[in-house]
Amino acid sequence: MPKITIDGEEHEVEAGMTILQACEQAGKEVPRFCYHDRLSIAGNCRMCLVQMERSPKPVASCAMPVGDGMVVYTDTPEVKKMRQGVMEFLLLNHPLDCPICDQGGECDLQDQAMAYGMDHGRYQENKRAVEDKYMGPLIKTIMTRCIHCTRCVRFSTEVAGVTDMGLIGRGEGAEIVTYLDKAVGSELSGNVIDLCPVGALTSKPYAFVARPWELKKTESIDISDAQGAAIRVDSRGPEVMRVLPRLNEDVNEEWISDKARYWVDGLKRQRLDRPYVRQKGKLKPASWQEAFAAVAKAMKGVQGKEIAAIAGDLADCESMLVLKDLMTGLGSTNMDCRQDGSKVDPSMRASYIFNSTIAGIEDADALLIVGANPRWEAPVLNARIRKRHLMGKFPIAAIGPAVDLSYPADWLGEGADVLSQIAAGSHPFSEVLKSAEKPMIIVGSGAVARPDGAQVLGTARKLADAVGAVTADWNGFNVLQRAASRVGGLDLGFVPGEDGLDTGRILDGAATGAIKVVYLLGADEVDTKDLDKPFVIYQGHHGDAGAHVADVILPGAAFTEKNATYVNLEGRVQRGQLAVYPPGDAREDWKIIRALSDALGASLDYTTLADVRQGLVKANPVFQGIDDIQAADWGDFGAAGELSGAFSYPIANFYMTDPISRASATMAECTDEILGGREGKTGTDG
Amino acid sequence: MQTEQPSTFAFTAENLEKANWHIAKYPEGREQSAVMPLLDLAQRQNGGWVPQAAIEVIADMLNMASIRVYEVATFYTMYNLKPVGKHFVQVCTNLPCWLRGSDQVMEACKKVTGCGNGETSDDGEFTVLEVECLGACVNAPMMQIGDDYFEDLDSTTTEEILKALRAGDKPKVGSQIGRHTCEPAGGITSLTEQFPDRAAKAGGDD
Amino acid sequence: MLADKDRIFTNIYGFASPGLDGARARGDWDGTKKLLEMGRDKIIDEMKESGLRGRGGAGFPTGVKWSFMPKEIGERPHYLVINADEGEPGTCKDREIMRSEPHKLIEGALVASFAMGAHAAYCYVRGEFHHEIQCLQRAVDEAYEAGLIGDDACGSGWKFDFYVHSGAGAYICGEETSLIESLEGKKGQPRLKPPFPAGVGVWGCPTTVNNVESIAVAPEILRRGADWFAGIGRPNNVGTKLFNISGHVNQPCTVEEAMGIPLKELIEKHAGGVRGGWDNLLAVIPGGASVPVLPKSICDDVLMDFDSLREQRSGLGTAAVMVMDKSTDMIKAIARLAAFYKHESCGQCTPCREGTGWMSRVMQRMVTGDAHVDEIDTLEEVTRQVEGHTICALGDAAAWPIQGLIRHFRPEMEKRILDNIARRTAAE
Repeated sequence: MPKITIDGEEHEVEAGMTILQACEQAGKEVPRFCYHDRLSIAGNCRMCLVQMERSPKPVASCAMPVGDGMVVYTDTPEVKKMRQGVMEFLLLNHPLDCPICDQGGECDLQDQAMAYGMDHGRYQENKRAVEDKYMGPLIKTIMTRCIHCTRCVRFSTEVAGVTDMGLIGRGEGAEIVTYLDKAVGSELSGNVIDLCPVGALTSKPYAFVARPWELKKTESIDISDAQGAAIRVDSRGPEVMRVLPRLNEDVNEEWISDKARYWVDGLKRQRLDRPYVRQKGKLKPASWQEAFAAVAKAMKGVQGKEIAAIAGDLADCESMLVLKDLMTGLGSTNMDCRQDGSKVDPSMRASYIFNSTIAGIEDADALLIVGANPRWEAPVLNARIRKRHLMGKFPIAAIGPAVDLSYPADWLGEGADVLSQIAAGSHPFSEVLKSAEKPMIIVGSGAVARPDGAQVLGTARKLADAVGAVTADWNGFNVLQRAASRVGGLDLGFVPGEDGLDTGRILDGAATGAIKVVYLLGADEVDTKDLDKPFVIYQGHHGDAGAHVADVILPGAAFTEKNATYVNLEGRVQRGQLAVYPPGDAREDWKIIRALSDALGASLDYTTLADVRQGLVKANPVFQGIDDIQAADWGDFGAAGELSGAFSYPIANFYMTDPISRASATMAECTDEILGGREGKTGTDG
Repeated sequence: MQTEQPSTFAFTAENLEKANWHIAKYPEGREQSAVMPLLDLAQRQNGGWVPQAAIEVIADMLNMASIRVYEVATFYTMYNLKPVGKHFVQVCTNLPCWLRGSDQVMEACKKVTGCGNGETSDDGEFTVLEVECLGACVNAPMMQIGDDYFEDLDSTTTEEILKALRAGDKPKVGSQIGRHTCEPAGGITSLTEQFPDRAAKAGGDD
Repeated sequence: MLADKDRIFTNIYGFASPGLDGARARGDWDGTKKLLEMGRDKIIDEMKESGLRGRGGAGFPTGVKWSFMPKEIGERPHYLVINADEGEPGTCKDREIMRSEPHKLIEGALVASFAMGAHAAYCYVRGEFHHEIQCLQRAVDEAYEAGLIGDDACGSGWKFDFYVHSGAGAYICGEETSLIESLEGKKGQPRLKPPFPAGVGVWGCPTTVNNVESIAVAPEILRRGADWFAGIGRPNNVGTKLFNISGHVNQPCTVEEAMGIPLKELIEKHAGGVRGGWDNLLAVIPGGASVPVLPKSICDDVLMDFDSLREQRSGLGTAAVMVMDKSTDMIKAIARLAAFYKHESCGQCTPCREGTGWMSRVMQRMVTGDAHVDEIDTLEEVTRQVEGHTICALGDAAAWPIQGLIRHFRPEMEKRILDNIARRTAAE
């Protein structure tokens, strides 16, 4: 390990480190703008210059690898002067509009000007003005503020894998643009706002909305997909103002998807903020007592097996557990958390989680994607696959309709029969997987929700065994869940019990009249056409599909309004936190069910959240390890059988997948401007 | 970019052949290297400027993103992204040319074409542009019209050249005072063994 | 004065044919196979011993540069890249080589490539040199046809290809890493070093970038021997060199002379003297726009080589001598150069992108005197704030001319400002 002397102290550092990284490790602060440890090194801002012995010129510490015996200074008067000089240059043409700049208060340029700049500028000439650019509905530009660090170009090119952004022109006239002023065509585009060290790229929906110092910051978990990205919810009073990513190396590094960042304006629209009861065909506002009474009335005389419950994609574990217990108390085993009809095996955890783990993608050395579009089903996870792709020597093949994944894949065909061939060893890609040390198979949630989903699952399992994808220290079998509630629901057993009905049969039963009461816990993506016959209780936070067919509406809390547990697609148990209180009469979901249990005469034994969480651990010990993942046991699951028919992907419009995003004006704008108004709106446009 | 753009662009068969000749110069998988010659071909074919459609055609040909081609097209000064006059007059005004009268050359341009720096004449015949050093400093002042260098200029010769172009003639390219290339005007002071009859007369007569 | 027999570029004026016949008559391609038979190590040693220093401006020993290339050819092929992006104001020597002596360049490229294990050379010519590109391409075609280059270059068994690549108008591409980027089909923005091109150059392969003149003189040095070349000039500053003499002289010209020739002799012997006589001389920029200007007092006896000019805090650069007589507005002259660097900054790194604009704008005001005297100090500080802090040397090149101006012509600058203040006061 090379030794480097920094400001007179010798440090031993890992080979391959840059001077800047070594300085950081040694606790020496080195200012920088262009450097970002997840992007390629540009070395263009020159803020990180340090002095090095035997070098006639100062060196850019971000780009210079450490060599043994280097002697570096970061605290000399010369270095101070260099930093002042660079700061002065950066500020020459930077407008003095901090008071109206949304970056104010969280601006690298502002902070570093305070720390390293001079107290005055000497530039007497006119400042340069740069025309603002259009970059889509999410990114607001004030390009005069740009300091040309190119972080945004590097992020979009390298991490997001899209080639929309560039730096055109040269010299003073160099400008960041998107090609032909197009919107940035990435599901990760909002991250450039965080990366921009100045106020050139800011959040368009958040423009002039709040100042960072007036915001309450709550650390939480995103539930817009099943990845469970770490987020920070910034709120002011009763309102969620914005969502930012938090660092979690194992899950999302420091990225979040545009949906996770921008769907929160949907929290303010179409909210269910009081109970409703259907009277003479119309939903009428009601009190909690009236709503509970209506439920009790409907349940009267109904047998347990005539009651059913379906949990939606955003449901939290606490409410699912309490609802499960209520159903059990009422004598029903008809419940399912798989509103898409997924055929994963609840008894085999390995059959429904992402066993390789997200970070594990970086260790894999071959990948087969089966019937999934990870770019839309888990965009940040998809960026990990791209990251692995960029490291090289990583053959990727996919079965399904060809889409742009942001990295090249060998599209083997749309049909499920290709999976059979690979599993049988009669397809050339079997060899690729076989010769890999850590092969990976990603099965889409849509692929296992097909009528023959159990066969798809079984065939993929067989393939994993055949190519040696499961060993003592590696499990290359993965299901790419896309609903935040799914793994948790399966873990705690929100699935049909003995003789119980699954989602499909519950709906069939509703049609035939066999099922008389249906409890929808935020389930809005089931086919509601057969739900006009039974008595429907809808518990949730948005007036979406489920609420429309409801006879009683119990207003619940959105994810930002409750302390709740979610299990991400890897099986990682994580906790979201309450940032703001639920609106109006809406309440935390488990408490609603607990209160209803009293009204139904089937009182549950929970009084505090801690009680419920103990119940979770009792239901499944995995709930004990918060933020951890435990490897799942491998075994036999799925079914055997011929596969045929083309795969299709479950998401038609990335920006609208759930009640929150469907209520979001920003997501609607993205649908229009980025996807050109693809399905998801009303379908009657134009 | 220019607001009025042709909707399509396609290389002519002849230019396509040239394009492929350029692409073949570079190792396999490095076809991006040909982006500059291809932009040049497109510009020549399109009457002196590169339309957006050509950027996209070239991007496709070379497996590049359009934005990368656009970056290149905006970085280098020889690509025009807007139409220019039939005769694209670039006058070097850098130090060596300025010392020897590039101001007068610019004035002469203005006089004949009516164009100041960066302007195109109403009849579309001329665009006049001040440019940086064109690398013919011992033949200063000079200007480049199209591909041709006109050197050792003064007001009179500049005017004559421009007028000849307007009349559809082909003025003599190179030195306007009878020099062969870069030798001293009064005759050579070196290589006289090889070219005795080109030698400066003894004593010189400047 | 250099004797004609010691001149390498015997057709620099293009009086004779630039074609293969003419070239052969001048001794080009004479025994090239034998040169190659010397072997790689011997060629590089001979080049080192000759003392040839790079002719593109920086003056790095050519033989040493060649020796940086990996000894063995690994998985990645080696490349020679020839820098013919001649754009330094005042410089127009490579142009003459390409149009009048192209075979010297091609032969040199073969020898240099062989010595570095490269099977291909790319010659990056500035795009404005349309005719020179055609001349060079004609010569390349001739050389292929004659079997001098190609699959079995000169019958040596060495495969060698020579490609002409045209630029498109960017001074910065004369910087070697920026040239490499450009050759890869990107914007010409300099790369960070390390890694150096000899390790990771064009397309990620070991690459050496040499100036046209450095390559073109190589075969003649090898034919005549290192001693002959090293015997011309002064130690560490040897050989012959193409000089471009422009500006206020009676007969601007390009001439091959011995390194270390006195500046005055160079101007008087070859360029017909300063317009109005030597005493009418104001100043000379001796090595292209990037090097600091020298006042007449220094010009009187300075020698034209690397070390002599360095001692005078200027440089030989590309040996482009720009002569200015007493009619010259020195401040305006340097302001013109400042505008040039602003125009040519690639915009990548902060000090250059912002600093060249700042310096240029202040210089414009210095021309009219619309400034305060203490702004001269500020300007000087700004040049120091740019110098040495940029990715490539363009920042230095932009700073030095202004530093030279302030060093030697500060009284003129102050006078301009005070006169302007006086004029304004009088008007009020």
